[in-house]
Amino acid sequence: MSTRTFSVTALPGFATVALVAFVALYAPIVTMVVYSFNGSQSVAVWGGFSLEWYVRAWENTAVQEATVRSLVIAASASLIATTVATMAALGTTRTRSFRGQTLIYVMVNQPLMVPEIVTAVALLIVFAAVRVATGWSGLGFLILAHSAFCVPFAYLPIRARLEGMDLSLETAAADLYASRWQTFRHVTLPLIFPAIIAGAMLAFVISLDDVIITEFVKSAGQDTLPTYMLGQLRRAVTPEVNAISTALLGLTVLLLTAFFIISRTRD
Amino acid sequence: MSRTAESEAETARIRRNWALATPALLLLFAGAAGPLLVVVVYSFLTPGDYSGVEWDFTFDAWVQILFARDIFDDTLRLADAHLTIFWRSVKLSLLTTLACFAFGFPTAWFIATRDRRQRGLWLFLITIPFWTNLLIRTFAILEVVRNQGLLNTALMKLGVISTPIQILYTDTAVLIGMAYVYLPLMVLPLYAAIDRFDFRLLEAGYDLYASRWQVLRRIVLPIVKPGIVAGSILVFVPSLGAYVTPRVLGGGKNMMIGNFIELQFGQGRNWPLGSALAMVLLVIVLVALLAYVRAANRTGGVDVH
Amino acid sequence: MDSSAAVEARHATKTYGQGSAAVTALDDVSVAIAKGEFFTLLGPSGCGKTTLLRLIAGFETPTSGQILLHGADITADPPNRRKVNTVFQSYALFPHLTVTQNVGFGLQMLGRPKAEVAATAAEMLALVRLEDFADRRVSQLSGGQQQRVALARALAPRPEVLLLDEPLSALDLKLRKQMQLELKRMQTETGITFVFVTHDQEEALTMSDRIGVMSGGRILQIGTPRDIYNDPTSRFVADFIGETNFIDARIEGGAAILPDGTRIDIASGDGQGRPAAGPATLTIRPEQVRLTDPGAGVPAQVRQCVYFGTDTHCHLALPGGETIVARLQNPPGGSVALTTGETVHIAFPPGALRVLEA
Repeated sequence: MSTRTFSVTALPGFATVALVAFVALYAPIVTMVVYSFNGSQSVAVWGGFSLEWYVRAWENTAVQEATVRSLVIAASASLIATTVATMAALGTTRTRSFRGQTLIYVMVNQPLMVPEIVTAVALLIVFAAVRVATGWSGLGFLILAHSAFCVPFAYLPIRARLEGMDLSLETAAADLYASRWQTFRHVTLPLIFPAIIAGAMLAFVISLDDVIITEFVKSAGQDTLPTYMLGQLRRAVTPEVNAISTALLGLTVLLLTAFFIISRTRD
Repeated sequence: MSRTAESEAETARIRRNWALATPALLLLFAGAAGPLLVVVVYSFLTPGDYSGVEWDFTFDAWVQILFARDIFDDTLRLADAHLTIFWRSVKLSLLTTLACFAFGFPTAWFIATRDRRQRGLWLFLITIPFWTNLLIRTFAILEVVRNQGLLNTALMKLGVISTPIQILYTDTAVLIGMAYVYLPLMVLPLYAAIDRFDFRLLEAGYDLYASRWQVLRRIVLPIVKPGIVAGSILVFVPSLGAYVTPRVLGGGKNMMIGNFIELQFGQGRNWPLGSALAMVLLVIVLVALLAYVRAANRTGGVDVH
Repeated sequence: MDSSAAVEARHATKTYGQGSAAVTALDDVSVAIAKGEFFTLLGPSGCGKTTLLRLIAGFETPTSGQILLHGADITADPPNRRKVNTVFQSYALFPHLTVTQNVGFGLQMLGRPKAEVAATAAEMLALVRLEDFADRRVSQLSGGQQQRVALARALAPRPEVLLLDEPLSALDLKLRKQMQLELKRMQTETGITFVFVTHDQEEALTMSDRIGVMSGGRILQIGTPRDIYNDPTSRFVADFIGETNFIDARIEGGAAILPDGTRIDIASGDGQGRPAAGPATLTIRPEQVRLTDPGAGVPAQVRQCVYFGTDTHCHLALPGGETIVARLQNPPGGSVALTTGETVHIAFPPGALRVLEA
């Protein structure tokens, strides 16, 4: 009789279900990526490796505009959100609790708690009124909205880094006659800089990926890449959308990997 | 006197902290919190002719959530269409939570029982889909379930079916889509809870003649229950407020609350009703989050990504 | 092999890892433990005693070799099918169950009727004197109480063999001594075979019927506490148990010759037989060294004496340079009066001087 090793941590069928789950999680994405390179249009037929859909998407002026708009908004929102979040993090960490600290924390993290559709609707109402009152309808509304919901994503990594920082370094700087600003500039800032970059990248990704709030807040013709794709759904689903999705996915994975690497090398 | 100096320093410190936090507070008030207050106000107004509102205060919108006024005899009846939407939202959210648990628990267990070195890789693998664009993930499911999609093509090629099964634009498609999108949200808190589980208790269980199922039922599940609660709430809440997934996969007809709210700001032209519905959704979500925080505190903090 | 043994390991080997990184936790270990015996596996950390215990329990499978229970091969059986229960070092009590629920768990898993489970649980709690804590959560109990619950839980299903993995190591000294007596009493009362693992040699000597001394994955010697103490068969065992002196010598013609030529007669009693000629190590316990009259024993010079209350420890230099420690009992109210540099004469009582292979 064979001696099967008894594994204490194995539960019946779990490994199978887990692997099925992993496969199921990646299969649709992998399919999408693979078929973005499919020469033919249908899923059933493989028409050879082709970059046709990427080329088409690239040459599509609507796509070009949407891409540029997405990048502009993401960059602006990331910049604003990270700056604001850094200041907020400095004000709320490593300090004895003061009255209203919880309020600040709730306000800053509010986008994580409120369903996006609710915020989207709220912004729609307010911005519509403002548009009517001022007649202005630039990118400003989108940038404002994106900046707001990106703040918690920049805030949390920076806060985590601050809390894990060795306090004695700043004390040492003060002991060596550094003013508050000098301590910040020469000691604190360099140390939290990786976390700031990480937070900025996270905010960039979040802004790039946003669908609901952008869809509600944008004026006509102000498409970002995700809203463009959503609009394409009303017509035929072309592999062009696959190509755009794959490109966006690639960018996201790149930024996320960089984020993970930065987060790990800081120590 | 040192006490005055101390309290002065204290005041200065507090003032400084507030100054640092103010830009964030302003930004979030303008871009998120402030508008919510406007929504509350709008829920008590009257719909305008084309869009927007008339400044007539009324409770109509709130009544309209559940009731419709008969146009002939002006009596109030339950608005069946509305109730269908609410019921579908709750039903699909519960089913999504169940599906995520059924797949998520073994997945979390699997990751937590891997070698320490391997574990980082598995966690990374489960996290990537989580951060991928929601639209892309929903699209990916669209490619799988539509009539010329992966599933139907595969089944037809295998000879199991001869004509494609209509999955797209049904509740099932929405369920598949939401379960797919929210699975990582169930796995991560479950993983955190299982990671803290003392595996020596399993040895004790087997030592005392428990079968594998008994060990699961009587030792593992009761102890990781807080993780299960956390994961369930983390899936149920976003499911309830889902918009993109039911829109892409359910078409126009299988609406959930999110789509219903959007309708009021589009064709439905009933901004006050939309506002009232948004408020109801917000309240439900906040209550659920409170329950989550309570459950998390009881376990000493559940870590979510 | 004797099939009346309660539990037996035959040529059990356990290796972890592959190739050059392979670690051998157990190396061809064979031991037969008799029914109703209190058997202790004794050794330093990493010697393999816990691994052997886990092989018997079934949490690990031997790389080669067999585990037998009452003569039946259980090597391939999963732990929940072996009539063997374990008291874990960490107790591993179920935190979500009460004391009674913990104790009754095994019987519940075996499908016994509720009444029987409740009755046995109560009986076990009475045995460990924890009846008043029946409905408490385990987290509300002290370390010593938790230890007793773990014991009651493992005894409740009436196993053939009870395994105890360093169960007393987390207790403070006084409590530990109490529990040692308790465990011994319980073993005698229930008649269950106990396999006890510890690194504390005093504990092993106090409680065991037989001891298996282990080191480096091997069993070096099995015997009663007396055998182990008085008749160590290897340098390790002699050194690990109690204090021992080691003296290098050469065996020639029935006597031990020290490096400087001094001759010591080897008493050939106690079944030691005539030791083989050649280099050897002599061992003697410090308390067995006796002072005798000049001319009768081996001369030695006093290097240092330390007063220890009941006895005085003296470091004595033998001819040839080697130093041994002697524990000389002090007369009541006084002390052994030796001065540094003084020459005394040592006698080795018959049978006290043991010969080990070099």
